Amino acid sequence: MDYTFDFASVVAAWPQFLEGAWLTIQLSFPATVIGFVMGTLCAIGRRSAVRWLSKLCGAYVEVVRNTPLLVQVFLVFFGLSSLGWKVPAFTAALVALVINVAAYSCEIMRAGMDAIHKGQLEAAECLGLTRRQVYWHVILRPAMEKVYPALTSQFVLLMLATSITSQISVEELTATAARVQSETFRPFEAYILVAVAYLALSLLMRAGLWLFGLAVFTRRRRLGTGVAR
Amino acid sequence: MVDGGLNLHHLQFLAVGALWTVCLSLIAFVGGGIAGGAIALCRISPLKPLRWLTIAWIQIIQGTPLLVVLFVCYFGLSIMGLELPGLVAASIAMIIYVSAYLGEIWRGCIEAVPRTQWEAAECLALSRWQRMRLVVLPQALRIATPPTVGFMVQIVKNTSLASIVGFVELVRAGQLINNSTFQPFLVYLIIAAVYFAMCYPLSVWSRRLEQRLHFGQRAAAP
Repeated sequence: MDYTFDFASVVAAWPQFLEGAWLTIQLSFPATVIGFVMGTLCAIGRRSAVRWLSKLCGAYVEVVRNTPLLVQVFLVFFGLSSLGWKVPAFTAALVALVINVAAYSCEIMRAGMDAIHKGQLEAAECLGLTRRQVYWHVILRPAMEKVYPALTSQFVLLMLATSITSQISVEELTATAARVQSETFRPFEAYILVAVAYLALSLLMRAGLWLFGLAVFTRRRRLGTGVAR
Repeated sequence: MVDGGLNLHHLQFLAVGALWTVCLSLIAFVGGGIAGGAIALCRISPLKPLRWLTIAWIQIIQGTPLLVVLFVCYFGLSIMGLELPGLVAASIAMIIYVSAYLGEIWRGCIEAVPRTQWEAAECLALSRWQRMRLVVLPQALRIATPPTVGFMVQIVKNTSLASIVGFVELVRAGQLINNSTFQPFLVYLIIAAVYFAMCYPLSVWSRRLEQRLHFGQRAAAP
C-alpha cells in the first residue's frame, strides 16, 4: 500500500464542515424535542382505555420501528411532493426524523410509565389529585426519570442517524464530506474527519444530556443516584 | 398498478433485491456475532489493555453513524488498491457495526449472570475458561437471546444503507425500478412493506422470548 495521507487539503475545508455540523445540530435538536413530546403523547394514547386509539398508537410504533429510516426519509420526501406539496429537503428530513424518533420515544416512555408502581397511583388517587395531576406528577415525571438513560442513547442515535438525510440532499455533515471529497479527491480523509466530528458531537451530546438530567431530576441528585450511568 | 408501468418483472427484481438484503443481514449477523462475542469476552477480560482497547472500539463505533463507517470502508479499501464490489465494503462495515453493538449487549448479558454463580464455580476449583464455558455462558445465552433477536431487526434495517455504495439490495433495487417507472411513492411503499414483513416477525419473536424469560424468572423466585 503506497498511499500518502493528506489530511491538510481536507482540513482546509473546515468552514464547510463547521457549517455541515451546524446543520446536523439544527436537524437533531428540533427533531429530538418535537419527537419526544409526540412520543410521550403517543405513549399516553397507547395506555388509553379507548381501544382504537391504543391500537392506532401501537400500529404506528410497530410500523416505524420495523422499517428503515432511509426508506422513511424517501417516503416522506417523495410522498409530500407527490401530494403536491413542494417542501425543501430540510423540512422533509425533519418530518421523517420526528416521525422516527417519536415512535422510539413512545416505546421507551411507555415502558417507563408501565413501571410505575400501582400503589403510587392509588396513593395519588387517595390524595384527591385530578387525572391530569396524577399524569404529570406521579406518572410522567418519575417515568421520564427512570428511562432517562435509554432516552439519552436514543437521542444520540438520532443525531447519528441524521447522516441518512444526506441522501435527499440535505447539506449536513455527511453531505459536506461528499462535497469536499469531490473537490479534493480525498474521500478517505474526508470521511475519517467526519467520523471524528460525529464522535465529538456524540460525546458533547452525552455530556449535555447528562448535565440536563442532573439539573432537571433534582430528586435523584439528592438521593445520590446517578442519572446516566 | 399495471398501467403505472410497474409490472411483474419489477416485482421479481425487487424479490431478488430482498434476497440480497437477507444475505447481507446474515453475513452481518454471523460475522458481527463472532467478532462481537470476542469483543464481549475481551471487554470483561482481566487484562487491562485488552479491556481498554475494546472499550475504545465500542465507543468509537457507537459514536459514529453507520453511513460514515460504510464510506470509510468503501473508500479505505479502494485506496489500498483493492477494487471491491459494494457487497464486500457493505459486509465489512456491517460486521464492524454489529460487532460493537452485539459486543456491548452480550457483555451486559454475561455480567447479568448472578455473581454467586461465578463464586460457586470458583469454589468448585474450575478454571476461568471452564467457569465461562460451563457455568456463565450457558446462563448468559438465555438472557442474551431476546435482545439479540431484537438487534437483528436493526441489522436488517441498516442493510438498507448498502444501497448508498451501489450494492443492489432492496432499496437500491427500488431506486433502479423508480428510474424507469417514476413512481417513487408507490415503490418505496412496497419496499417499506417488504421490510416490515421481514422485521415484524423478528420483533414479535423477541418480545415473546423476553416475556418467557421474565416469566421463568418470576416463577423461580421464592
